Amino acid sequence: MPKCKNSQTLPSHFGLVSRRDFLKFCGVAAAAMGLPLSMGAKIAEAVAALKRPPVIWLSGQECTGCTETLLRSTHPTVESLILDLISLDYHEALSTPSGHLAEEAKKKAIAANKGKFILVVEGAIPMKDNGIYCQIGGRTMLDILKETAPLAMGIVAIGSCASWGGIPSSGPNPTGAVGAAEALGGKFKVINIPGCPPNPYNFLSTVLYILTFKKLPDLDNQGRPRFAYRRLIHEGCERRPHFDAGRFALEYDDEGHRRGWCLYKLGCKGPETYNNCPAILFGNVGARSWPVGTGCPCFGCSEKGVGFTAPIAAQASLVHFSTTGTPFKGEERVGGGRLCLTPPQTFPPIHPPEGHGPSAATVGVLSGLTGVALGAGAITATKLGKKETESDDKAGKE
Amino acid sequence: MVEESQPLGGKIVTKPFLVLAALAAVGVVLMLYRYLYGLGAVTNLSDGYPWGIWITYDVLVGTALGCGGYAMALLVYIFNRWEYHPLVRSAVLTSVFGYTLAGVAIFLDIGRYWNGYHLFLPWYVNFNSVLVEVALCIAAYVGILWLELAPTVLEGHQDNPKAQRARQRLERWLPVIVALGILLPTMHQSSLGTLMIIAGYKLSPLWQTPLLPLLFLISAITMGFAITVFESILSSLAFKRPFETPMIAKVGGVMVWLIGVYLVIRLADLLLRGAPVFSSGFLSSMFILENLLYVVPLVLLASPAYRANLRSLFVASSSLLLAGSLYRFNAFLVGYSAGPGWTYFPALPEILITLSIVALELMGYLYFVKRYPVLPKAEHV
Repeated sequence: MPKCKNSQTLPSHFGLVSRRDFLKFCGVAAAAMGLPLSMGAKIAEAVAALKRPPVIWLSGQECTGCTETLLRSTHPTVESLILDLISLDYHEALSTPSGHLAEEAKKKAIAANKGKFILVVEGAIPMKDNGIYCQIGGRTMLDILKETAPLAMGIVAIGSCASWGGIPSSGPNPTGAVGAAEALGGKFKVINIPGCPPNPYNFLSTVLYILTFKKLPDLDNQGRPRFAYRRLIHEGCERRPHFDAGRFALEYDDEGHRRGWCLYKLGCKGPETYNNCPAILFGNVGARSWPVGTGCPCFGCSEKGVGFTAPIAAQASLVHFSTTGTPFKGEERVGGGRLCLTPPQTFPPIHPPEGHGPSAATVGVLSGLTGVALGAGAITATKLGKKETESDDKAGKE
Repeated sequence: MVEESQPLGGKIVTKPFLVLAALAAVGVVLMLYRYLYGLGAVTNLSDGYPWGIWITYDVLVGTALGCGGYAMALLVYIFNRWEYHPLVRSAVLTSVFGYTLAGVAIFLDIGRYWNGYHLFLPWYVNFNSVLVEVALCIAAYVGILWLELAPTVLEGHQDNPKAQRARQRLERWLPVIVALGILLPTMHQSSLGTLMIIAGYKLSPLWQTPLLPLLFLISAITMGFAITVFESILSSLAFKRPFETPMIAKVGGVMVWLIGVYLVIRLADLLLRGAPVFSSGFLSSMFILENLLYVVPLVLLASPAYRANLRSLFVASSSLLLAGSLYRFNAFLVGYSAGPGWTYFPALPEILITLSIVALELMGYLYFVKRYPVLPKAEHV
């Protein structure tokens, strides 16, 4: 439990949230980001000290799954914590007012918090025919986003749809759906939290990071926070030893599947998908509470070009070393650290042979050779002796 | 001092050459077998003994025998003894073959030879490895040796103006090449000793000492002088040339001093550490044999009168070569124990491959001295 001097009591706006639950939450969030536990205290202080940071939550082509994951799958009290922790000034599904009242509230909130609010985008943005396929209050999502983005302190795209288009953008993509970053024309730095749905802790941790350190977390080349999307699912997968040992489930409910073997041959996309699912799991219900853990191959929901694109049963393409061993361009970890994902063809024996003594033939050949060498040496030495006496004789005659 | 060298001339393909070629051919077939069926098919190597006769003989003894060029360069260029210069070319030639084939032998020995080029890609290199230093040094030194030999080869093409221009250009760089040719062996010959320091208690206390690098370096230099003397006598005998007695006798004198220094350090170290010299059974006998072989040249060459005697020079240099080789075998194989249950003795194909490498070395030597001006011009006595 992080120690937090300045948070002996919580501000009144935290409502029914107990201090214990609040600190626990901050500690978990710090752990999810790979920060030391002492950072949990810092986060708690930052959050408690703030006037609740305003959040404007825009929804485009989405299923509200990202909102659902945020509400349900965490600590028992986290929904109230979230609603009290941030000041969710506008959210189509969660706002109490609706219709004109809601739009009015949004306008007021933006005007009052210009440059201070966090803009969260959920869902893809249709671009075709000037974006007419998604309208809110008579205006297209595209217009709303373009108008709101410049006024925000930071933009977070939650879910695969907002990150890179997600399911609405899968072929034939009738509405021309794209992610928030692309819809804004690459003019704004957008933090992408892809996933369908993304792990709520990845989102919360990102928001808390921004609030605590007043800067963006380390992002990779696709705008994803490194603390969450640095590693392939395959790297942290609990079934990875089965992959390395060549033990694969070949059909659902076959012996290998029942025994929990690797799902690669059933089409698991773990080897091409970057996410921390195997590390932080879902729903706080303990071990194996993530797709691969329950026996369902990963379908790559958080990876552009994999989720909603590659056929579910298609085998993932494995990452190999390039022929010269040079790291790939845009590589996250340089220095030959990239995992070679090809399973080995053979495995070392359990009882390795402990070597051999000399064979009769070897001893024979060796002693023969030694004999020849010694003989040749002796003959040479004798010859040399003779030469010397000869030359001595010559010298004497001269 | 103007000195001239000349090619020996004569037929390249002679009877001894054919015998050597046959030996080499056997080895080449076995090498192919090794690449097709793996190390287990031709060697007795195991997880406990990943280094066998190939590393011990071809690399350790081979490069130490190849130290002729290094030792002579040290004497001539560093100690400014130009009177020994006529011996340098043939010494460099033996070094070229000793080192090049040691490099080749490494590629036989490493299991995953297809990753061998990783050594030259910095992002793959583990700079904390002792072996990396040795490998990089040896690789660099092989190149340097060929550059040292290049003027000789170019000189052989007298009527080719391009070759002569290249030679002149090369000779301008010779000081740098020679300097590197002295630095690199100093580094890796001592590091070869360091390799066994990290083996810790697996190596018998008769050989395990923090002074291993120094002892390896000194013994490599003495072996370099010994091989120069040995080779000079044998080539004079084989090609019926006059002996270079006064000069090699002086080299013998240098050798005596070095052996003295070596033995003092070696014995003092054993005494200070209280090593079980006589109570280690078989290892003790090997240790005593090794050091007796060191004492032989010390006794034989002690007085200047003996040094002028060709026979004692020959016996002394052979004994010293055996001593240095045995020291390396003892420190790397005989005195090394991988733990209970593990044994190693080279398999027949392993030995045959090593023999074929030696045969290749000798064939190369014969070809070069006959074709190129390596040996000093014979002056009639």
